[in-house]
Amino acid sequence: MTERPLTGRIRPGAPPPDREAYERAGGYQAMRRALLHMTPEEVVGDVTKSGLRGRGGAGFGTGQKWSFVPKPKPGQRRYLVANADEMEPGTFKDRLLLEGDPHQLVEAVVVSAYALQATDAYIFVRGEYKLAIARLTQAIGEATAAGYLGTDILGAGYALSLHLHASAGRYICGEETALLTALEGRRALPRSKPPFPQVSGLWGAPSVVNNVETLCNVPHIVNNGPEWFKGLGIGPDGGTKLYGMSGRVRRPGAWELPIGTPLREILEEHAGGMQEGYRLRALLPGGASTAFLGADQLDIPMDYGSVEKAGSRLGTGTAIVLDDRACPVGMIRNLEHFFAQESCGWCTPCRDGLPWVERMLQALEEGDGEDEDLAQLQRHVGLLGMGKTFCAHAPGAMAPLGSGLQKFREEFAQHVHQHRCPWPAGGLH
Amino acid sequence: MSTAETLADSASETLPDALREEIRLLGQHEAHPRAACIEALQRVQREFRWVSDAHLREVAGLLGMSAADLDGVATYFNLIFRRPVGRRVLLLCDSVSCWLMGRERLEAHLSARLGIRPGQTTPDGDVTLLPTVCLGHCDHAPALMLGDALHGDVDTQKLDAILEAAG
Repeated sequence: MTERPLTGRIRPGAPPPDREAYERAGGYQAMRRALLHMTPEEVVGDVTKSGLRGRGGAGFGTGQKWSFVPKPKPGQRRYLVANADEMEPGTFKDRLLLEGDPHQLVEAVVVSAYALQATDAYIFVRGEYKLAIARLTQAIGEATAAGYLGTDILGAGYALSLHLHASAGRYICGEETALLTALEGRRALPRSKPPFPQVSGLWGAPSVVNNVETLCNVPHIVNNGPEWFKGLGIGPDGGTKLYGMSGRVRRPGAWELPIGTPLREILEEHAGGMQEGYRLRALLPGGASTAFLGADQLDIPMDYGSVEKAGSRLGTGTAIVLDDRACPVGMIRNLEHFFAQESCGWCTPCRDGLPWVERMLQALEEGDGEDEDLAQLQRHVGLLGMGKTFCAHAPGAMAPLGSGLQKFREEFAQHVHQHRCPWPAGGLH
Repeated sequence: MSTAETLADSASETLPDALREEIRLLGQHEAHPRAACIEALQRVQREFRWVSDAHLREVAGLLGMSAADLDGVATYFNLIFRRPVGRRVLLLCDSVSCWLMGRERLEAHLSARLGIRPGQTTPDGDVTLLPTVCLGHCDHAPALMLGDALHGDVDTQKLDAILEAAG
């Protein structure tokens, strides 16, 4: 049987385990092990050796990220933030962990904060996740009452206060420096790097921001060791991954599978294949800011390197399926509307370029497009690409556009030459 | 009275003392009081449904911020309402998975049923219809939130039932 460390305690439809049930199922063992029997450096060492990479989209090595935090100075505050601002369109995996096993995240935060010698931790959760907020609030209360948060945790001489911050919208808050700015009570604009948050983050203090799923792996690595973790994956990456699928598949959902599971297996075995009457045209493998993969690319293993080699990114690992009855140009218009709206407005290419792109796509959909528009769209893919903007927002927006212009060249041309969208009502039945 | 007047009426000129005290304490709990500003605005909104200019000025004063500074933050976040909203706010997801699963039909149905476009409030002040970004409920697309309640796998029939049940 496949091991499912992250979701093993989650029972769909049932309330999450409370502290006692969580502990009966082996919970808070990693906290005891780390705080009572390991040095912070040993915990960092195990995470580094495990090869754990960020599950929020960028895929940066977690141990490496942690290694940039300078040595603690007496009296200095240090912060760990769990990024639960899950707003990437098509992504619903962290919700599962937040609602299904909130104590797992609390333990993950305590163990990771100990490793980083953080004095304060935050869970930054999007305001719309009402159930997650309620369940996390309860879990934090139970953990505090048991002495797992606060001063002198387990008598180990380590103190941590954990705060829950419910946000109020805006996709860009998921970007780690924008998130820190939001926590300071300011307009959530990204900051320039360097300095990196590990050196100068929240209120100028050393800070680490990690995705929820990333952090939830940490207690399991502490309990079972880095070699065990590496063995969970298929191929080069270690661990499991929460994969998901939405769109016209038979059983949309999220599943914890060995990282590196082929896309075909996720689609056919777990999502049950396409719905009756629909065929797969293409998919975005890891959220709205990843490039399209075609129906001929299903044998790709869903690990970081393989998806990148195929021209896309693993991203959040939750795929959005485009069927043959929906208009690809309409889908890309929808995506670019999102990115244009969610631009923070700080840098010109993003603030002005994305609405321009959206208007061109809208014109194509309305039959007002011209051949020149296609060349203009292609030009924007470069103008808004990596290195041209202040943060990765606009480059992310260009991933589905750039790949879409290649994969759906014919469909784009049809919009121009037929002076209309060839799909009745955008294909939305 | 116009819709706007009906709605604006709900925000009195000054915040209740208890809420002022609560916001002051929120600020004191933070290393820097302004860090509490989003939570403070959310508290005001819980009571008055939106944040009026007068309330914004009061919150800014309690947290040691200028009104302009706080307004910059408030207007940045789409779930802080700086205009009156109805008794119920309906957030209809307009992101990609819901689009693929037919959310356009829901919007058309809502607009016809309620007689308003996205961004507007029904004349009786009951419902404000707002488009929203992905609600993270894509395995049950199309999705929406009515108040604090999340609904998935919504079709026009279910939509009617949701509106009536909560009415």
